[in-house]
Amino acid sequence: MITLEHAYIVGGFFFAALAVLSALDRANGRRLRNALFWGLLALSFWGGGAIGDLGNGLLALGLVAIAAFGLGQGKPPTTSAEERRASAERRGNLLFLPALIIPAIALAGTLVVQHTEWGPAVIQEQHKTLISLVIGVLVAIGVIMIWLRPPLLAPLQEGRRLMDSVGWAAILPQMLASLGAVFLAAGVGDQVGAMFAEYIPLDTRTVAVAAYCIGMALFTIVMGNAFAAFPVMTAAVALPFIIGQLGGDPARVCAIGMLAGFCGTLCTPMAANFNVVPANLLELPDRNAALNGVIRAQIPTAIPLLIANIVLMRLLAFP
Amino acid sequence: MLVLLGIGVVVLGFVVRANPLLVVMAAALTTGLAAAWSPEADLQTMYVAGRDTLASFGKAFNDARYISLVWILLAAIGLLERAGLQERARIAIANVKTATVGRLLWVYFVIRQAAAAVGLTSLGGHAQMVRPLVAPMAEGAAEAKFGALPDTQRYLIRSHAAAADNIGLFFGEDIFIAIASILLIKGFLETNGILVEPLELSIWAIPTAIAALVIHSVRLWLLDRRLRIAHAGKSSPARADASPEAAP
Repeated sequence: MITLEHAYIVGGFFFAALAVLSALDRANGRRLRNALFWGLLALSFWGGGAIGDLGNGLLALGLVAIAAFGLGQGKPPTTSAEERRASAERRGNLLFLPALIIPAIALAGTLVVQHTEWGPAVIQEQHKTLISLVIGVLVAIGVIMIWLRPPLLAPLQEGRRLMDSVGWAAILPQMLASLGAVFLAAGVGDQVGAMFAEYIPLDTRTVAVAAYCIGMALFTIVMGNAFAAFPVMTAAVALPFIIGQLGGDPARVCAIGMLAGFCGTLCTPMAANFNVVPANLLELPDRNAALNGVIRAQIPTAIPLLIANIVLMRLLAFP
Repeated sequence: MLVLLGIGVVVLGFVVRANPLLVVMAAALTTGLAAAWSPEADLQTMYVAGRDTLASFGKAFNDARYISLVWILLAAIGLLERAGLQERARIAIANVKTATVGRLLWVYFVIRQAAAAVGLTSLGGHAQMVRPLVAPMAEGAAEAKFGALPDTQRYLIRSHAAAADNIGLFFGEDIFIAIASILLIKGFLETNGILVEPLELSIWAIPTAIAALVIHSVRLWLLDRRLRIAHAGKSSPARADASPEAAP
């Protein structure tokens, strides 16, 4: 059976290759820092299970230290703008096909595991989409290599070109998830929820609904994740007041409350996966600002949508 | 109350624009130390608390490796970019005469939301769709209409491409009954003694999904209008504005 561990071996190989190729790239003045950064990440993928919790903590600390000193930008060999235009003209829309292999296989793998008897015996069920995605990537690379015959190192060098443009932000989502775990263990959420319930009069439907939705959005902005905000705000405001005292329907209150949290996700750099990573991938000049271009494009949708959620919950949740 | 200091570190870190990785690590250590602190705590206690916090951070970091695994996508995407994928996306969209930035992003947004609503959340995403295809197509649509674009508009269009992906995903996925957030709600209510079916939850995600569709459609229509007004008065295709955008 293909498990997540196998996928981690592939990931470790990718990051180790980035480390070696970075170390050899004389055009990058900070090549050793880049090599160390990707090398540590490779170590995490290959040996994370063996070095213990404190070992992993020190590894994360090392990644942070290197990132704080600053990574460089490598110059992997690639094609020129003219060559790309010529290739695009020559190969036509067939170029789109390999790009579609990846989501197609990710989807097919997920469906096979869900709906066949033999699927779960081939792919670990718990991580079906992720494992299928990795398989899709490998198949796509294979197809492109056979079809276009680029140099053998091209997938790794091109991967390095893009990874260097993402830089240390590549591990920000993983770091934020870990911060969430520390917050949870220390009881940060319970404190916030208790403060909320203490200082706001939650005895009318409109106030309670507005407090819950706005609280979901605000706490999501701080945590970067509506999943972290949901148990806290729901336990503090929705369960005792909206559902308990005021008679709201639990399914409707919770479904809309979660979506109010998603409005917060649109507004925060803490949701690195959705808001910071694309700013890096799209090479926006303000990618490191707290309110980068992606977030500024989303806020004017998020605010009216949050208001819509408050109105919808007020109208629908008390049948 | 002291454990809230960690949130303060996060907010302060973003205000002074420190490296976010540094901010996250500092916030984690602050939280762990604050939870252990009392007037009687000596250095030894605090050292142990700091070490334990680092260990629990490390455990979570190791468990969350799957988040960073998706980067191997870039090996395949980079390979296609090398062969001119972005250029092809621009050419393809320039041939569609009725294409505008807003209409193109609207079509992607609607497909993304509809696909997510039936559980196909892996169709899309910033690394696999937005950077290689959607953003270049949107830029190509604008270039075909207005000629070369000033950098501010180029970055505005790219930002909107990412936004269309996020908003479509967020407000579509909860309609699907087996998505993580629906299962989280069901699990949470169950531990509090309330039984709900996933279907009950996903049905009540539909009104918000419609609101998101309406609001963001208007936003994309306004984006088109904004670009049209910016280029009005220039009868011939505009020259590239060489001055890059000053970071706000």
